[in-house]
Amino acid sequence: MSKTITSGHHEAPTSYGIYVLIWLALMSLTAITAVVAGIDLAAFTLVIALLIAVVKSSLVVNVFMRVKYDDKIFKIFIAIAGGTLTVIFLLTFADVYFRR
Amino acid sequence: MSDITIPEARQAAEHAPAHKKDTQGVKMGMWLFLMTELLLFSGMFLLYSVYRYYYTKEFHQAGMETHTMFGTVNTMVLLTSSLTMALSIAAIERGKKWLSVTFLSSTIVLGLGFLVIKYAEWSTEIADGIYPGSPKLLQHPRGFELFFAMYYLMTGLHGLHVLVGCGILITMLIFIIRGKITQDDPVRLEAAGLYWHLIDIVWIFLFPLFYLVN
Amino acid sequence: MAELAIPPQEESVVEGSYLENLNGRKGITAWIFSTDHKRIGILYLIALFSFFSVGVILGILLRLEMLSPGGKLFSPQAYNALFTLHGVVMIFLFVIPGIPVTLGNFFLPIQIGAKDVAFPRLNLLSWYLYVIGSIVILTALFWRGLPDTGWTFYVPYSLRTTTGVTIAVFGVFIVGFSSILTGLNFLTTIHRLRAPGMTWFKMPLFVWALYATAWVQIIATPVLAITLLLIVISRVFGLGIFSAAAGGDPVLYQHLFWIYSHPAVYIMILPPMGIVSEIIATFTHRTIFGYKAIAMSSLAIAFIGYLVWGHHMFVAGMSQQADFIFSFLTFLVAIPSGIKVFNWVASMYKGSIDPQPPFLYVMAFMVLFCIGGLSGLVLGSLATDVHLTATYFVVAHFHYIIFGGGVFIFFGALHYWLPKMFGRMYNKKIASWALVDMFMGFNLLYFPMFVMGYEGMPRRYFTYLPQFETMQRISVVGSWILVAGLIVMFVNLIHGSMKGPRVGNNPWGGTTLEWSTPSPPPHENFETEPVVTQEPYYHEEALTK
Repeated sequence: MSKTITSGHHEAPTSYGIYVLIWLALMSLTAITAVVAGIDLAAFTLVIALLIAVVKSSLVVNVFMRVKYDDKIFKIFIAIAGGTLTVIFLLTFADVYFRR
Repeated sequence: MSDITIPEARQAAEHAPAHKKDTQGVKMGMWLFLMTELLLFSGMFLLYSVYRYYYTKEFHQAGMETHTMFGTVNTMVLLTSSLTMALSIAAIERGKKWLSVTFLSSTIVLGLGFLVIKYAEWSTEIADGIYPGSPKLLQHPRGFELFFAMYYLMTGLHGLHVLVGCGILITMLIFIIRGKITQDDPVRLEAAGLYWHLIDIVWIFLFPLFYLVN
Repeated sequence: MAELAIPPQEESVVEGSYLENLNGRKGITAWIFSTDHKRIGILYLIALFSFFSVGVILGILLRLEMLSPGGKLFSPQAYNALFTLHGVVMIFLFVIPGIPVTLGNFFLPIQIGAKDVAFPRLNLLSWYLYVIGSIVILTALFWRGLPDTGWTFYVPYSLRTTTGVTIAVFGVFIVGFSSILTGLNFLTTIHRLRAPGMTWFKMPLFVWALYATAWVQIIATPVLAITLLLIVISRVFGLGIFSAAAGGDPVLYQHLFWIYSHPAVYIMILPPMGIVSEIIATFTHRTIFGYKAIAMSSLAIAFIGYLVWGHHMFVAGMSQQADFIFSFLTFLVAIPSGIKVFNWVASMYKGSIDPQPPFLYVMAFMVLFCIGGLSGLVLGSLATDVHLTATYFVVAHFHYIIFGGGVFIFFGALHYWLPKMFGRMYNKKIASWALVDMFMGFNLLYFPMFVMGYEGMPRRYFTYLPQFETMQRISVVGSWILVAGLIVMFVNLIHGSMKGPRVGNNPWGGTTLEWSTPSPPPHENFETEPVVTQEPYYHEEALTK
């Protein structure tokens, strides 16, 4: 439980190339999601679209926002936010789902 | 009792970033703020998902009315602006001031471009008679109006964030030009970048929810 | 033993202390433009207790109406407006900002050995947002008439009423931002600015409590912000988000509202719990029993507190399954709360107890909090809640928790830390008697409400059936006794802070860092940066005994 002394802030800056690569990935995922939406996969359409959105945002968070290279505490923050969202949705749907 | 001796603690004191600007602290403050932004939007997302659950069919039909083309283009604009944002930070960290300024300016232009496209899109829809309480929507089943209420609320709130984000980025641009943000002290630009990326992430989720319901 | 080491000088401001103006600024500008966390804490104290007085006066009027049945004092509409304003002022302007922004601002950096909070200017901005928000809320008084919805602003009525809901709700929205910014400031401060050697488990328990509170502020307040914004937008643009006529679901408003407002209860009660731990450790001259358990139970309360909002909605038309889940989860909150109470009691066992005023406040808290907490379990059970909801029983319950629990400890903390803040001591005898008076007045005021509620007296009614007359009158008299005690206490505190005898650095024999620095503390809190080597409540004499 010792202090997380974060020394390496000024480590080698991320290369331009990685950012461009990630951008290409994001653009292709956008294209894919737009095309897939055109195909009727019934209930799966939404699931796939949301999955792709999750992948895209994790790319942005990890590389553009540098969480992958940064202090562990930011990952914990994100986990807390995610946990909170899950709780809010699950408990609200505990009402809504059974009410109908 | 004490599991750390005085000399050890003193040593730790010398390693701790005592008087310098605490860059990790600034970033931490920004991350915490981003969490609040995320939860702010999550209230809307919750409403959306409950209403989508209530009115699955109507949400489907209403989703057809939105312009997928506008949405897709705007997604690409915002993603590209996120790229230039990241590049701008990478440039300042290498000490390339004017390259950083160039990238940051492109980010701002793309952000404003997003708003212009958004404006065109809303205008088209309102001209088509699609807005909450419009006579056209009232002829449809009830879920229709809710879909568009959520649509205007969520994209509107998001657009407001883009606008604020542009304002922040313009401030950062001035800071870089005046030499207040430099290779040695880039943390304010980094924090602004985090905010900009969050706006992007929110849009990444808005896009499938409003434009890809087919 | 308290008045040892009285410094000889008697000039009005101790040289080098934070009370001495800097940078040639004078008068009020030296305060309202200062980014010193100590001065901001004092600014908040002044603002908060001004609103507290407003809330108390409104409360007295609400009680006065109940002197006899029939509503002779106010019209029903005026009564609705008054209880709404009483609730909004007390909840949003007093107890929610409460201890964190005042004493937390003042003592959090000192207790962790820091010079200031992480973002001093943001801290000052939070104060301004708070003041602006409160002014906006009070504007509703003069513009369009006071809201008559109750402090919860429930739809559909809040969408339909012509009173100034929009403006009041927008004010609350601004105050919410102040709360968010304070939360993120404190979290960053605790993470980044602890003195060398102060590991997480060497932090004082008040800091742990503030840490848990700040998380709740960060995680819950945005949900309220968006909910209130939706009310404003719905009213201004006529959106049907929450209106059943347009296909919306009014119950969702209650969900969103309580997703924030239930955790907000823990924003109110966690900091007092932290202070109770501090006061008990100091006045029993003994290390606190179960330090880690108390620290962790703060986090546990913050976490579980997030899962139980539905117990405000048992009769709102939720699904039965949700009723069961929320009721079950509600009982879980009792566990960490119980852990705290048992550890406090265990800390006193074999300690050398020194019954100074702050400690007496803790004793009052123990009684009132236990009554409030146990009555909460009655309300958390589905069957009894259906009978008791929206009656005086609920009113009594939350006043026992928030007022008897939270605010009494706020007072106790003022008695505990006032010598540190101003370097002067109040009259202890008067302080103790004021407490005795308030304790009696409080119980006379609120205990009859349990009985009346059980017998079916609904809350928020401007009149009542004749059968309740005796109980109502006892309660009204109780409110007068309580207020008398409040006045005596405040006069004593204010007089003590300005004219009381000087005290040394450590009048109570406390062991946390704030007692090692001069009273009042210097501008940068410590003359040399402290280095922490031992646990926060390490009493040497206790070990040699």
